[in-house]
Amino acid sequence: MRQPTAESESAGGVAPRGRYRAIVIGGSAGGMKALLTVLSRLHEGFQSPIIVVLHVHPTESGYLAEHLGERCGLPVKEALDKEPAQAGVVYVAPPGYHLLVEREETLALSADEPVRFARPSIDVLFESAAHVWSWRLIGVILSGANSDGAYGISQIRKFGGLTIAQDPTTAEYPVMPQSAVDTASVAKILSPEEIGGFLGGMNCSTK
Amino acid sequence: MNNADIENIEISLLLEAIYERYGHDFRHYARASISRRIRQFLNNASGCASISEMIPKVLHDESFFERLINNFSIPVTEMFRDPLVYRSIRQKIVPLLKTYPFVRIWHAGCATGEEVYSMAILLKEEGLYDRATIFATDFNDVALSKAKEGIYAVDSIKQFTGNYQQSGGSASFSEYYHARYDSIAIQHSLKRNITFANHNLATDGVFGEMHLIMCRNVLIYLDSALQSRVANLFGESLTYGGFLCLGTKETLDFTDGGKHFKVIDEPARIYQKKAAGFAP
Repeated sequence: MRQPTAESESAGGVAPRGRYRAIVIGGSAGGMKALLTVLSRLHEGFQSPIIVVLHVHPTESGYLAEHLGERCGLPVKEALDKEPAQAGVVYVAPPGYHLLVEREETLALSADEPVRFARPSIDVLFESAAHVWSWRLIGVILSGANSDGAYGISQIRKFGGLTIAQDPTTAEYPVMPQSAVDTASVAKILSPEEIGGFLGGMNCSTK
Repeated sequence: MNNADIENIEISLLLEAIYERYGHDFRHYARASISRRIRQFLNNASGCASISEMIPKVLHDESFFERLINNFSIPVTEMFRDPLVYRSIRQKIVPLLKTYPFVRIWHAGCATGEEVYSMAILLKEEGLYDRATIFATDFNDVALSKAKEGIYAVDSIKQFTGNYQQSGGSASFSEYYHARYDSIAIQHSLKRNITFANHNLATDGVFGEMHLIMCRNVLIYLDSALQSRVANLFGESLTYGGFLCLGTKETLDFTDGGKHFKVIDEPARIYQKKAAGFAP
């Protein structure tokens, strides 16, 4: 199958309408603030599911979804096992579980061992999502103090998806986006505001 | 068809080969997780260049197969994981269990046993241990033998102790283990009424007349069809009014296996088998 490449888009700008089926986002320390900036630029009726892994303390179950939900225009919920990934909904991984995507576009959890000390792991989410959505996936790495997500972003790139990293100079903790950039798999390096604007461009389609 | 689609065919063929050759049925395991496991094994330990290349090895080399499936599912858990669940068991289930002359509990998919010993401690403190039998089962023999040993890394003790206290534990947690070098060993007396056995939820049948089934973070590894089979199996294995406790992020809502059960505690995912003649 001929696959469009990520390079055809210029930096910034907006995502082409209808091309992308899903967005995955990963972050750690400082990632919450960047994520809120991104999500604040997306509005009700958004055209794809947004699936998020943010490293938080394992006891904070439920808090993350609630916190995000109060501050952005999209419904936010903690992912349940076997739940269909619906457009316009933000799903966050529950603390203490890996979050994956099945081929029928449902969410799946696992209690497998932590990957590089992280559970949920950004790498695990991104790799499984890349296998499901291939070139119709956008992956975003935000602020964080470890290198989780670098392998995952390279997998998204390998399957022809669009890869974005937060500009490390705008990140509270640059290690995570920098590690992603260092894999040479990142197509766009943008500030959180620009990431939000770019993804928000997907919204003005098919109504 | 892209590479992910081709890989999916390879995985289906591999799982089919395992089933035909050894009778272990992973065909209805949640595909995303098992695919990750297979990829991991392919890259780190198989000596093969592709999943397809693993198929003849699985068919002809039993030790290769053993290494592969021991890598398939080893969930990592804690003692008293999700302490509020254990608190709810103490408050909502134990009073009913106390009305029975003997109590039978099944930990289905017990993995390395941390939650089995948590239950043993809870029963001891509630004065139920001496009339309880706990059946702890898993399909993975490596995990099962670790469960039987009951030896855990000393690093985990701080977390276990914290969980225990939050779960409503009434004693000092250190009474339940011996520390030695960098390990802790669970008190022998806690093992007396526990029977460990190999049981595979995908292929094996009903398991006795149970009062409580603990099956936490196992259904997440199964697809919807197999989840329904297992939920029905649990329905048949429980006495009327018996309890089923799932992982806190698991639900029977996305399968048709929920018809046997009513919800007792939503956040703790505690269900009760409906009485005989109860209309579905």
